[in-house]
Amino acid sequence: MVDNKALLSVKELKVYFRSEHEVARAVDGVSFKVGREETVCLVGESGCGKTVTALSVMGLVPIPPGEIAGGRILFEDQNLLVFNDNEMQAIRGNQIAMVFQEPLTSLNPVFTIGDQIGEAIQVHQTAPQNEVIHRSEQLLKDVGIADPAQRLKDYPHQLSGGQRQRVMIAMALACDPELIIADEPTTALDVTVQAQILRLLESIQKKRSMSVLYITHDLGVVSKVADRICVMYAGIIAEQGKKDAVLKTPKHPYTQALLASLPNREKRGQRLYSIPGTVPNPAYKPDGCPFHPRCRHAIQTCREQYPLMCEYEDGHRARCPVIFNGNKEKL
Amino acid sequence: MNENGSQNTIILQVGNLKKYFPIRRGFFQKITGWVRAVENVSFQIDRAKTLGLVGESGCGKTTVARLILKLLAADGGQILFNGQDITQLDEKEMKPLRKEIQIIFQDPYGSLNPRMTVGQSIAEGLNIAGIHSRSQQEQRLEKLLKMVGMSPASSDRFPHEFSGGQRQRVGIARALSVEPALIICDEPVSALDVSIQAQIINLLKDLQHQLQLSYLFISHDLNVVGYLCDMVAVMYKGQIMEYAPTDALFDHPIHPYTHLLLSAIPDVDRNIDTEMHATADEPGRTLKSQDGCSFQDRCPLVENRCRHDLIEFEQAGPDHRVRCWKTARDGSDPFF
Repeated sequence: MVDNKALLSVKELKVYFRSEHEVARAVDGVSFKVGREETVCLVGESGCGKTVTALSVMGLVPIPPGEIAGGRILFEDQNLLVFNDNEMQAIRGNQIAMVFQEPLTSLNPVFTIGDQIGEAIQVHQTAPQNEVIHRSEQLLKDVGIADPAQRLKDYPHQLSGGQRQRVMIAMALACDPELIIADEPTTALDVTVQAQILRLLESIQKKRSMSVLYITHDLGVVSKVADRICVMYAGIIAEQGKKDAVLKTPKHPYTQALLASLPNREKRGQRLYSIPGTVPNPAYKPDGCPFHPRCRHAIQTCREQYPLMCEYEDGHRARCPVIFNGNKEKL
Repeated sequence: MNENGSQNTIILQVGNLKKYFPIRRGFFQKITGWVRAVENVSFQIDRAKTLGLVGESGCGKTTVARLILKLLAADGGQILFNGQDITQLDEKEMKPLRKEIQIIFQDPYGSLNPRMTVGQSIAEGLNIAGIHSRSQQEQRLEKLLKMVGMSPASSDRFPHEFSGGQRQRVGIARALSVEPALIICDEPVSALDVSIQAQIINLLKDLQHQLQLSYLFISHDLNVVGYLCDMVAVMYKGQIMEYAPTDALFDHPIHPYTHLLLSAIPDVDRNIDTEMHATADEPGRTLKSQDGCSFQDRCPLVENRCRHDLIEFEQAGPDHRVRCWKTARDGSDPFF
């Protein structure tokens, strides 16, 4: 890390969705930081709130029915949550850029690649047409696309999945952002293409001293790209810390259970651990710890009190006092 | 024959299976070439065993599934089910055999009729299996739902009322309703969350054990394949590149494409130190198939011979076959 001051600091973020009869607490008090040149992964299964968290940083949560019910999002010491539309527009795509999961739906099918990259550049900077084209070509080269001049004239459907994702990354890089938020950017891609895209992101990050907030459900990807991990469950962060600390010595029962349920060749012949029960409805979360109905370590206090975050070494923290106090064995 | 010398019944045997699709161009839709979607594919599945069919999108693994199910007619080769040649059977002859081979799909949201209750979807299979009486159907339905870990009360509900994992269980119950010998699982857990994946994988294993089911497990996820499968076939552009018992494939991969796949998977337990990089990003965009090895555009070991010769499927070890003249020979790992 270059310096200790965080680039992005999310503090006690709460994002709720209101309907006539209920309030879904999609993000329920989430705090984490992303340092300079750091890759932080938000990991969790469907419905844990990771995408809503990312959208909140970009100011893309639809309001209403969404509502920022609390917290701050500090980007270079400024609270993005109090920015108006114009101020957010100046940040979006410029200092913070986003790469989405499905490149085919994120790219406009009726415009050429050149038009779309050009737009990404011109939204924030005025430049003559030939310079825009030149920079677009350079961006395609930076993301490893062969024959960039020709590709600028292509339409999205003429490119492969991997190429489209590279174009999305090129668009995100167009204005040299300090932070890229990548939401499951490789889920829709083949495994070997995924490996290429991950290597690409890594090299770009190094070259441009960028930070990355990576959102995924794939623990394998996390093990490759993360500096630090935040494990999310039912709108809260269950555990966070440096990658090795969380993956090798997990301190929250949910993280432990998740790792124990991953299939691999080593476990052949053994039954996979499967977490009993289901993820709670965000509008009807249990009292106390949201994970307690499914937790094999749960005690009475877990059902009544919302657990405090417990600190381990080196920034490793987990929201489970039972494990903290009892030093229980891993699953 | 397995190690004990006893005979395992071979449920499915596929030999030199071929399926070509024509490329048509122009106003008169003239055939200008062929896509060799499935080319000389051979493998077998023993009773109560699982064969993993691994490959990336477009490699032909779903086409292979359709050929085995006889949803597509093969252009060449043989399909033997329980020793019987079913390749050329017509619709009428195939009908009594259809119950023997079933399929579970990848998308739990698309594979169930939204206008039929869970019970109705599963009962369709029971009707086909000749169970028509109301009480018998209810009895079987209850048993099937219990077998897949769902409450009998589910039968009156509609698919949209269930989660992805639960719908997948319904799909499994439906496949089981006709008491098949072989189930083709086409990426059955790819669309599910990790904790649900584990439940479904455990279920498939239990059922295999209880019912002596055989599985053709199609997947791109080598971790799941490594956990579940006894044998693995690696496919690329229509051809099987490597075919071996699971441990042999992971511990001693031979084909360059297998190396590429294994090194691309993060966190997979493997014995190789080196990471292999393909020379090109993805399978090429050309539709027409080429001479020589289909991996020539991406293989770091490619030579002239690879572009012209017919590459045979060679024995590289006991039960271990590879489609690569270069690496199959002496079994030494070219990547060390």
